Order: sequence, then C-alpha cells, then structure tokens
Amino acid sequence: MLNFSDLLPYTDVFFGGLMTTIELTLLTTVLGVVLGTTCAAVRQYGHPASQRAVAAYVELIRNTPFIVQLFFIFFGLPSIGLMLSPWQASVIALTINLGAYSTEIIRAGLNNIPKGQWEAAKVLGMDFRQTLTRVVFTPAFEKIYPALTSQCIIVMLGSAVLSQISVQDLTYAANLVQSRNFRAFESYVVTALMYLGLAMLMRYVFAMIGKRVFAFREAQ
Amino acid sequence: MIEFSNWDILRNLLIATQWTVLLSLAAFIGGTAVALGLTAMRLTRNPVMVRLVKLYIELFQGTPLLMQMFLCFFGLSMIGYEISAWGAAILSLTLFTSAFLVEIWRGCIDTLPKGQWEASRVLGLNFLQTLRHVILPQATKVAFAPTVGFSVQVVKGTALASVIGFVELTKAGTMLNNATFESFKVFAFVALIYFALCYPLSLCSKYLEKKYHVAR
Repeated sequence: MLNFSDLLPYTDVFFGGLMTTIELTLLTTVLGVVLGTTCAAVRQYGHPASQRAVAAYVELIRNTPFIVQLFFIFFGLPSIGLMLSPWQASVIALTINLGAYSTEIIRAGLNNIPKGQWEAAKVLGMDFRQTLTRVVFTPAFEKIYPALTSQCIIVMLGSAVLSQISVQDLTYAANLVQSRNFRAFESYVVTALMYLGLAMLMRYVFAMIGKRVFAFREAQ
Repeated sequence: MIEFSNWDILRNLLIATQWTVLLSLAAFIGGTAVALGLTAMRLTRNPVMVRLVKLYIELFQGTPLLMQMFLCFFGLSMIGYEISAWGAAILSLTLFTSAFLVEIWRGCIDTLPKGQWEASRVLGLNFLQTLRHVILPQATKVAFAPTVGFSVQVVKGTALASVIGFVELTKAGTMLNNATFESFKVFAFVALIYFALCYPLSLCSKYLEKKYHVAR
C-alpha cells in the first residue's frame, strides 16, 4: 500500500521544485504589489480615462481563470510575434494576476482614509505625492494588510498551474517523481503538505514584516 | 488539412462551455451542502468539532486546488478507488468550495452582535430556535453577496479540471489550439467566454452588497 520511502531518492528533485516556487513567489509578490499599489493610486486619484483603463484591467483579470491568462500569454502572444520563455511568461502572468487583485484590495484601504487626513496634510503644506507617501499609505496598508497577505498566498498556491507550461516548480517535481516511481498518492500528499507549509511560512513572514512596518501604531 | 472558421472555433468552445457550467453548478451545490454541515458543526461550539472544521479549512485553503485534483484523480485510483476525471473534478471542487464557504459564512455569523444570542436566551429560545428565528435570517442576508462573489472563484476553479483531462472550456481551448495553431484567437475566445460567465456574477455580488449594506 502506501510507501513513502520510495520518495527519498527524489529529495533533491522536490527541493529544486520548492526553490523555484519560492523564487517565483518572492519575485512576483514584490512586483505584483508594486503594480497593484500603482494601479490603486491611479484608480483612486488618476485621470478619469486612466481610471477606466485600470478598472477594465482589474475586471478582466478577476473574471478569467489564471490558467487561461497563462496560456494566453505563453501560447497566444507568440502568434503575434512576442516570444516568451516559460519563466518569463510565468513572472508576467503571476504579476498581472496579483496586480489586479491587489489593486482592488489596496484601493479599499485608500478609500478608508478619512478626508480630514488629506485636508490636514494640505494645511501643513504637503503636496499630493508627499501626502500619499507620508500620510496616506501606511494606515491604508495597515488596514488591508491581512487581506493582502491572503491574496499573496492564494497567488502562490495558484502558481502550481505553472507546471503546465513546463516551469520546473514544486508541482512539476511531483509529476516528475510520480511518473518515475508510480507513487502518485504519496508524491502528491507530500507536495500538498509542502505547499501547506509554504502557506504557513508566508503568513508568518508577512506577520513579522507587518509588525516591523506598522510598529509605530502599537507604541501609541 | 481541415480549415477552421471563427465560427467553428467559437461553436466548439460553446459546446464545451456547457460542461464548465455544469461542473460549476455541481461543485457549487456540493460545496454548499458540505459547507452547511461544517457550519452546523462549528456552531455546536464543541471544541473537537470546531478544531476539526478549522483543520479542514486550513488543509483545503492552504494547498493548491490543482494538487487536490491530482490527489483525487491520480492519488485515489493509485490506492484502489477508480474515479473518472468528472468525478475527481466534482469531488475536489466540492471540497475546495466548502472550505471557503464555511469561512465566509463564519464571518457573516460573527458580525452579528453577541447580544442577539444573549437576548434570545433571555427570551427563553433554545439553540435551534435562536438559529432559526434570530441568527439565520440576519446572517443569510449578509452572506448573500460574498457567496455569489465566491461563485466566480468556483467557475474559474473548474478551469483546472482541464489538467486532469476533463473536456471543459479550457481543455477544449487547448485542443482547438493544437488543431488550428491559432493560439491568440482561441485563448482570447476562451478568456472572453469565461468573462461572460463570471462578470455578471461579479456585478450581481456588487449589487447585493450595496443593497444589503444600506438595509442594515
């Protein structure tokens, strides 16, 4: 029946996959949140036309499956002359995906800032950029930080799909191992647990970063 | 070589869309049923039950849906239970959906002030009566919008069934792509069809949110 020891010779395959998943997650979490922050600011304070453009982007991404976005970027774009490696396509797809979701989340945070904050900043002689970066962003992010954390974890879990365009991530490793030793159940259980561990680790790291960044609040 | 017109591509995709819709419905109904049971378990406030539900949520929210599908499809048949792609897709989507719905509904029930429970108690209502006459009528109103909102995730989740070989919209897309080599067009159509399925649900959820937010 179950035999997990057959997985032992493949430890380095799993480890390699895990590293790829972590690497992609780190990179795209940063890129995605930066994109989301930019889009949220445009959506909230930008020119009406650019507001509409951002809204269209957000709705388009949020209402289509990630795997279709990935296939469109990886298989679809080359046919109009834009060749991408699996790695490039993955980074782009994940970033665009997280960007759209985080736009909505961050915008909710920006919406939450009382008007008085803007007015007070204006009275103090701050311009738009200063107000945004020094007054508005921190409390806005603090408010939506748990939701943003969850979304980043969801995107990390969604990255399992990247194995379908032959990115050698954790899921790819699981498929490779089970095709070699025919231990599908064991291989997938172990991989699922690794994802679970990764999700917990992300929650922990985000909480740690949050504690640091929003520390000034607790001192009050 | 057979020529494919735009209409041929679209027609075949639309045929496959029926399976996406059917799979979404099945998963949503199954997920709702399981989530109702889990919510009931949680409401008993029995520590063992509550912990079990928590573990369930952690397990299915903390692992990729794709992995759950692989486990249901390849995993189960490896340890002796033969299961079709259709069965595995429904099973894994049901588990996935219920884990999220329980969590959503927990939030809805928790938003009701504790005083509601206490007042019912004072009025001599027992646990089931309190649920039936006080808690659920209020909680369902709050729960409506996020539940409809989550149905979008279910529809999108069905796309992963393509990976285990179930022919729904995404799988039909990859098959047509292999036959026509018109990747851009095929996947743009696929994306648009998903959008046409999901966007009304998103709008509906937004509308419900506004409606019940004002009423409260």
